[in-house]
Amino acid sequence: MVSIEDYGEFETAWCPGCGNFGILKAIKQALVNLGRSPHEVLVASGIGQSSKTPHYLNCNSFNGLHGRSLPPATGAKIANHELTVIAVTGDGDCYGEGGNHFLHTVRRNPDITMIVHDNQIYGLTKGQASPTSEIGMKTKVQTHGVFNMPLNPLSLAISLDCSFVARGYAGKVSHLTSLIEKAIEHKGLSLVDVLQPCVSFNKLNTFKWYSERVYEMDDTGYELNDRVRAFEKSMEWGEKIPLGVFYVNEKPCFEDYLDVLKSGPLYRNPPATEKVNDLIDSFI
Amino acid sequence: MTPENKLDKSKMVVVEGSYAVAHAVKVCRPNVISAYPITPQTHIVEDLSQFMADGEIPNCEYINVESEFSALSALVGSSAAGARCYSATTSQGLELMHEVLFNVSGMRLPVVMTIANRAVSAPISIWNDHQDAISQRDTGWIQIYAENIQEISDMTAQAYKIAEDKDILMPAMTCMDGFILSHVYEPVVLLEQDLTDEFLPAYEPENILDPKNPLSFGAFADPNYYTEFRYLQEQAMQKALKKIEDVANEFYDVYGRYYGGLIDEYRTDDADIIIMAMGSIVGTIKDVIDKLRDRNVKVGLLKVRSFRPFPVEAITNVLKDAKVVVVLDKNISLGLNEGALFTETKSSLYNTDIRVPVVGYMIGHGGRDIKIDTIEKIIDEATEVMKTGIKIESQFTDVKEELI
Repeated sequence: MVSIEDYGEFETAWCPGCGNFGILKAIKQALVNLGRSPHEVLVASGIGQSSKTPHYLNCNSFNGLHGRSLPPATGAKIANHELTVIAVTGDGDCYGEGGNHFLHTVRRNPDITMIVHDNQIYGLTKGQASPTSEIGMKTKVQTHGVFNMPLNPLSLAISLDCSFVARGYAGKVSHLTSLIEKAIEHKGLSLVDVLQPCVSFNKLNTFKWYSERVYEMDDTGYELNDRVRAFEKSMEWGEKIPLGVFYVNEKPCFEDYLDVLKSGPLYRNPPATEKVNDLIDSFI
Repeated sequence: MTPENKLDKSKMVVVEGSYAVAHAVKVCRPNVISAYPITPQTHIVEDLSQFMADGEIPNCEYINVESEFSALSALVGSSAAGARCYSATTSQGLELMHEVLFNVSGMRLPVVMTIANRAVSAPISIWNDHQDAISQRDTGWIQIYAENIQEISDMTAQAYKIAEDKDILMPAMTCMDGFILSHVYEPVVLLEQDLTDEFLPAYEPENILDPKNPLSFGAFADPNYYTEFRYLQEQAMQKALKKIEDVANEFYDVYGRYYGGLIDEYRTDDADIIIMAMGSIVGTIKDVIDKLRDRNVKVGLLKVRSFRPFPVEAITNVLKDAKVVVVLDKNISLGLNEGALFTETKSSLYNTDIRVPVVGYMIGHGGRDIKIDTIEKIIDEATEVMKTGIKIESQFTDVKEELI
């Protein structure tokens, strides 16, 4: 039996009251509910407050470069596709600096769960606008307010036919836990964008702001693979912000196209020295 | 002969290093600024944003971008269109710019960028060493290292004057030690607007993107043409050797402040032992030298300000009468077990008549504190080298054996 304690309890460098705590708790609980032991799990991250998450989980962890959580996560998944791979990233890390990797990882569709701590601000560098900051938000750098159109991660992912798209909220931990569980169980790339209050630097999108707006979608009465409906729903933002699973499209994942993985994870496959030697000999 | 540094105390204010740099950028009247926040550079861009918001930088655009790669790429366009451009970054941000650095210098765009020097990942470190900028030494950027806040602030105006000179047209990095200089408050004279207007002429590029006179930037150069581009860049770097000296003197004439040109010296006249270093460590070394001089240890300092272009002649002139040379490097070329300044100093002495032992110490990696005791110990060991010759040519300093 796997327990929450197996994933450890660590002192963090996050501010008291940070939305990250809710997300960390939900990740742990989802892994426990699914019976995944720490040694079966890899949590990979880039740079940002979100990317400190692997430091606070007692499992396989990888902390790489800014914007680059997805490529190493994909690489690790290919080398050992028996691992449960979770890429933990943020709105700056994944939608800004690593935006290109986001697009192409969605296209590639490896069986990875992406959890994006979306606090609509740069927390690590102490409060500049991120790609999801609201128009008009003033910061120390955007002194006259943000005027760039915020990126809508859900619409973007759905437009690229991402195979699983969901949104959670750090203030609704049990709901978020169930989303992460579904995302991990889904075969293919799953995006869970998590609304996360930044209590120190985002004075606009606060716990109160989110709590007044978010609601859990009723996920009955329509097909989750209805892309047009999902796209329409993903554009709902303002007075009401929907939470839940927006879109699911079951399709082959990246690993399915790699015949070499059919005989098991790469790390367990011995080098085919004999075959290579035979091949070389055939030319001599 | 080093001119006397005339600091006007009535003009001095206590500010953070990053603020002093941002202020210096402001009075240089840039047209386009683009940068991405990264520790420990962030305060520079925040201060510049505030100046922009307060309307203190006329005729200037500040472009917010999603990465350092975008920041410098945006400036490639702006500079090619004739704008005076500025950016600031550090560590991973500078490494991410690597490809663009070559682009900027290859197109001969005189962009100026402040580097708040920081160690590089992995492991993640936000603290100071010089690995970030040293790793970009071959990209065709002038690199000047500053000792203190006054120097890095004043270097901003000098960098534009050097980079934009029609004989040079090469981009320039001015390097300040992250946190040690970027976050420290010191009394400084903020770069004066009136004097800067006198010192630094408006940027008047000859070759720009202009619909009336269309030009190509960055076009294909086949093997018949490529070599000459590199050759001309190297010629420009060689011309920059004199230009850096000239501009330092011109700066002194206008502002009364001087830090050396390519290099600076401290108590080297009769020195048997000469320590070479770059950046803020120089201040610590000067204190140690004063202390040891009181004990009749003949030790002096050669501060290297310009790492690119590398001042071979200036350095060998200082070293020619020394009995031992000690080079301190906040970087390492892995696989050679040497820091870059050490390697290049040795290389400068080879094929000359100067026969002086040179030893290297790699020091202060990832922000490890460099203490007075450590420098003293290094000088003690150099004294031994004078007596018995080199036992260890290049080594790490302050390695904690218990962690290995």
